[in-house]
Amino acid sequence: MPRLLLVAFEANEAVQGAGFAKDLGLPFDVLAVTGEGLVDLGAEKVLNAGLSEVPAADALGKAIANVAGGYSHIAAVSSMRSKDVMARVAGILDAAMVTDAIGIERPTVFRRPMVAGSVIATVEVLAEPIVLTVRPAGFSKPDRGGGSSVETVSLETSSKARRVSVTARGGARPDLTQAKLIISGGRPLKDAETFERVLGGFADAMGGAVGATRAAVDSGIAPNELQVGQTGKIVAPDLYIAVGVSGSTQHMAGIKDSKIIVAINKDPDAPIFESADYGLVADLYEALPEFLQKAKSG
Amino acid sequence: MARPGKIPPPEEVPMKILVPIKRVVDPYAKVRPLPDGSGIDTSGVKFEINPFDEIAVEEAVRLREKTPDIEITVVTIGSGESEEQLRKALAMGADKAILIETDQSFDSPAVAKELAELALELQPDMILMGKQATDDDCNQAGQMLAAKLDWPQATFASKVEITGSSARVTRETDTGEETLELDLPCVVTADLRLNEPRYIALPGIIKARSKPLERRTPKTSPAPKTRLLKMEAPAPRSAGKRVANVGELVTALKERGAL
Repeated sequence: MPRLLLVAFEANEAVQGAGFAKDLGLPFDVLAVTGEGLVDLGAEKVLNAGLSEVPAADALGKAIANVAGGYSHIAAVSSMRSKDVMARVAGILDAAMVTDAIGIERPTVFRRPMVAGSVIATVEVLAEPIVLTVRPAGFSKPDRGGGSSVETVSLETSSKARRVSVTARGGARPDLTQAKLIISGGRPLKDAETFERVLGGFADAMGGAVGATRAAVDSGIAPNELQVGQTGKIVAPDLYIAVGVSGSTQHMAGIKDSKIIVAINKDPDAPIFESADYGLVADLYEALPEFLQKAKSG
Repeated sequence: MARPGKIPPPEEVPMKILVPIKRVVDPYAKVRPLPDGSGIDTSGVKFEINPFDEIAVEEAVRLREKTPDIEITVVTIGSGESEEQLRKALAMGADKAILIETDQSFDSPAVAKELAELALELQPDMILMGKQATDDDCNQAGQMLAAKLDWPQATFASKVEITGSSARVTRETDTGEETLELDLPCVVTADLRLNEPRYIALPGIIKARSKPLERRTPKTSPAPKTRLLKMEAPAPRSAGKRVANVGELVTALKERGAL
């Protein structure tokens, strides 16, 4: 019987993945690697592994592969972590893998972007099991309600890799991939201090996250983990505000699933105006304070 | 360096790094699907080393600059034309190259299987490769290879050090970065910020013609697990409207419920 195992590295990831599960149309179970899995997402079973942290890929890949026996599909929401771990799972299971699925034609046929988003490929997987990472923006919202049965599973986590240190992005801003609003900037933000003051201040006032172009990251204005684009984070907020961003193919590939894209740029010929829902030719240093003031008033 | 005809004592055995590379369409060229959707239009397009693989080659060469007793082998699976990319890697500083010559298409699981065979034969201490190829954007082969070999892995690497029998790799994560200490042998996949590859002038490439390049045939058959049905251009995002000032912008966003 076809059946999906939805892997949630952190319990709340299952909310995004459950939309894919609904569109796939197969019965599914959730494996919650850390935390307590939500029971109202339509899964038949929630398997709680109860780990306090996500183990290194060699250990976790093996542990997931052990749980995955009998499933035709094993999926996780696209992230750097899921690419690290799920491809390892596929390697262990000798399975085919679909990276960054954005659509389903049939339970064995999926759409995914290639060549930095300039091509959408339709791919048929010829053998089960099928391992996938999925970009939630392409799928329905899950129906909430009902109750899953809950089981505890034990995952073996011995690894040939030891985690020496972890450096987390600072601050209380939402994660880029989860944020409803993103303000994003490019090289015109001059330096790290200006970038943080202008964009960080705006984000905090609006309860949003800060993103950056690859050019801004490469020139040291913004930290690595803020990079949005094909080689950085793929985002899908309700509102994406790009200031001083020219709109390279690379960057646009990472933001095209945003509901509304706003571009503010001094250069009236910036390519981003061709794909933005609203374009404003203006100096960002004048426009952003005025935007905040007008957004906050009645 | 190993001397021919004499088995060196263990401490003299050079450390071996294997760097798999892929020939891809120029990542900076504008790529379009063929009208019949059967693939991408490669007419008039240049081919290059996958940029992430080039970073991996560069990193192997830099590791050797720090620790001279390292032997670097580059390998690719592909058509005879891939020699061009292997020569470039040799010019960057790799010691020898292997071309696993085939006209068949190898998907990521097939690549991992073939490279695992090679790794068992060559016994490298580290396999260093790009995190993904810029043509298919799969980001799979390194992890699948590590799984086949049951070696530890560090993907998205931004810093690599080798210390005795382990590697210390800083890798980018969704929320920042982490540093892993991995037992050797291991698989490391390179991300963009690991280094900036050196520029190789033409004379360097010509000079690399004297370095050894071995041609062989695949040991495994690539039994594909996936089939490409269609390729198409993404639906364009249509240009919206220009607004005259901030007030108009904020009003429009409020009307759409975005603020």
